[in-house]
Amino acid sequence: MKNFNRHTNIRGATRNHEHHSQNSPGFLTLLRSYFIRHLQVFFYSLGQLSRTPISTIMTCMVIGIALALPTGLNLLLKNAQHLSGGWESTAQISLFLKKSITASQAQKLRTDIQKWPEVISVNYISREQALKEFQRLSGFGDALTALSSNPLPSVLIIKPNLKNTNEQSTLGLLNKLQNLKQTDKAQLDMQWIKRLYAIMDIVQRGVLILGLMLALAVLLVVGNTIRLAIQNRRQEIVVIKLIGGTDAFIRRPFLYTGFWYGLFGGIIAWLLVSFALISLSSPFEKLTSMYQNQFKLTNISFTTTFFLLLISILLGLIGSWFAVGRHLREIEPQ
Amino acid sequence: MIRFINTSKRYSSGFDALKNVSFHLAPGEMAFLTGHSGAGKSSLLKLIALLERSSRGQIIVNNQNLAKISGRRIPYFRRNIGIIFQDHQLLFDRTVYDNVALPLIIAGFSRYDIGRRVRAALDKVGLLNKEKKYPITLSGGEQQRVGIARAVVNKPPLILADEPTGNLDPQLSAEIMKIFQDFSDVGVSVLIATHDIALISELPYRVLSLKQGQLVQDQANQVIAEL
Repeated sequence: MKNFNRHTNIRGATRNHEHHSQNSPGFLTLLRSYFIRHLQVFFYSLGQLSRTPISTIMTCMVIGIALALPTGLNLLLKNAQHLSGGWESTAQISLFLKKSITASQAQKLRTDIQKWPEVISVNYISREQALKEFQRLSGFGDALTALSSNPLPSVLIIKPNLKNTNEQSTLGLLNKLQNLKQTDKAQLDMQWIKRLYAIMDIVQRGVLILGLMLALAVLLVVGNTIRLAIQNRRQEIVVIKLIGGTDAFIRRPFLYTGFWYGLFGGIIAWLLVSFALISLSSPFEKLTSMYQNQFKLTNISFTTTFFLLLISILLGLIGSWFAVGRHLREIEPQ
Repeated sequence: MIRFINTSKRYSSGFDALKNVSFHLAPGEMAFLTGHSGAGKSSLLKLIALLERSSRGQIIVNNQNLAKISGRRIPYFRRNIGIIFQDHQLLFDRTVYDNVALPLIIAGFSRYDIGRRVRAALDKVGLLNKEKKYPITLSGGEQQRVGIARAVVNKPPLILADEPTGNLDPQLSAEIMKIFQDFSDVGVSVLIATHDIALISELPYRVLSLKQGQLVQDQANQVIAEL
């Protein structure tokens, strides 16, 4: 006791000074310490996670795998679309002309159509050429010579410009050609591409649904992990509430924890997808080379990476926000 | 500093914890709150710290009518009250320094101010040399003093203590009481809930006695009368 008194006397001067100083920090101090506090909590929550590396890594792996699935599938789909874009350019319209059209009329029509913006190129196949080709390809060569007249019409082979157009405009072009007075029949050989598009639409929708479900799974994983973290730190939350900590103050470390989970999960997802693409790329190239196609699997683009990380971080934040919102209210000092 | 006006508290279970309690604790005044367990001591402290709301009557603390403080404002209100618990409520994964610094971090003080104030508070309770220790390595009395340092580090005008000497032997209890007296001497209001009659009978402070939720005695201690 005596010792204690002596002690305080020595420091008495300091304490007197203390009593004149402000009892709450000024605005600028508050603002500065607010940012410093954020920064501290930012790294503090990272430190907390590193204290339990195994469970942290497992949680991040779950998030990573859940996000890698839709990302990878989406990327494969993009590649498939890219590839089918190459096939699409092989689509062509055969414009069978009326028999009454002469060769020079056909040539004139060819140059006219050539000028249309939705057309890349037009090839003219005369009736004679058509017959020759047919004789050569069909194997009916001799039989056809027996015909008194050439039954084949002259044809314009039109390559539509499909770069910046959709199926609708291609059909529009077809109609336009069909309505020409010289036309006997315009035929678009694109049925199989249409089917492919339809399948791709379904797959794309499927990937979207899968992505949404897995995003929900990520939310639940983060939410549950944060819920456990909150329960582990129940005592601390009670104490902080007792000594005047706001809900925002209590929420902050958990939100940053969610942020870190999201970030690391996103990075893991990125790595998984990248590795998967690398391991797929060589068999894929082998396959495409058989089709004389110089096709390379595109890796994750910068934009995709950006959105992957953004979405995973947002999922982490939202998941922890829900968990904190739900469970902080339950913890009240008794 | 604290004024109860015909305050009652009935819990949702139907239990009447406090019945029509009225008293006034002046700024800088120190008083004891006694009574058997279940008499309403804890309920009264909880009402002051806004851990519970009163059912009837008014409570005015630090010139604020508690009924008018919204849930969002409660944290800011609590920063003006230093609360000390029987079980100290320390965080065992942090050092003594970090425990005491917590209210200042919450209030947003600068690092420099935090260091200054934490050391002043630890000095006040005689634990300046223990700031790097973890609470688990301290004795019960020392832990309680860390709790006191944390309660006063923010320089609240009011200190509430709930059985602060409940687990301590008489000598340590006397030391703790001496610390409270020192705070009272510099103008801090102190309200201490305790059933340690032997301890408070030796001290010259006002005693509020509760019995079954009613204030049955409010008087200056005998000691003061004899002086």
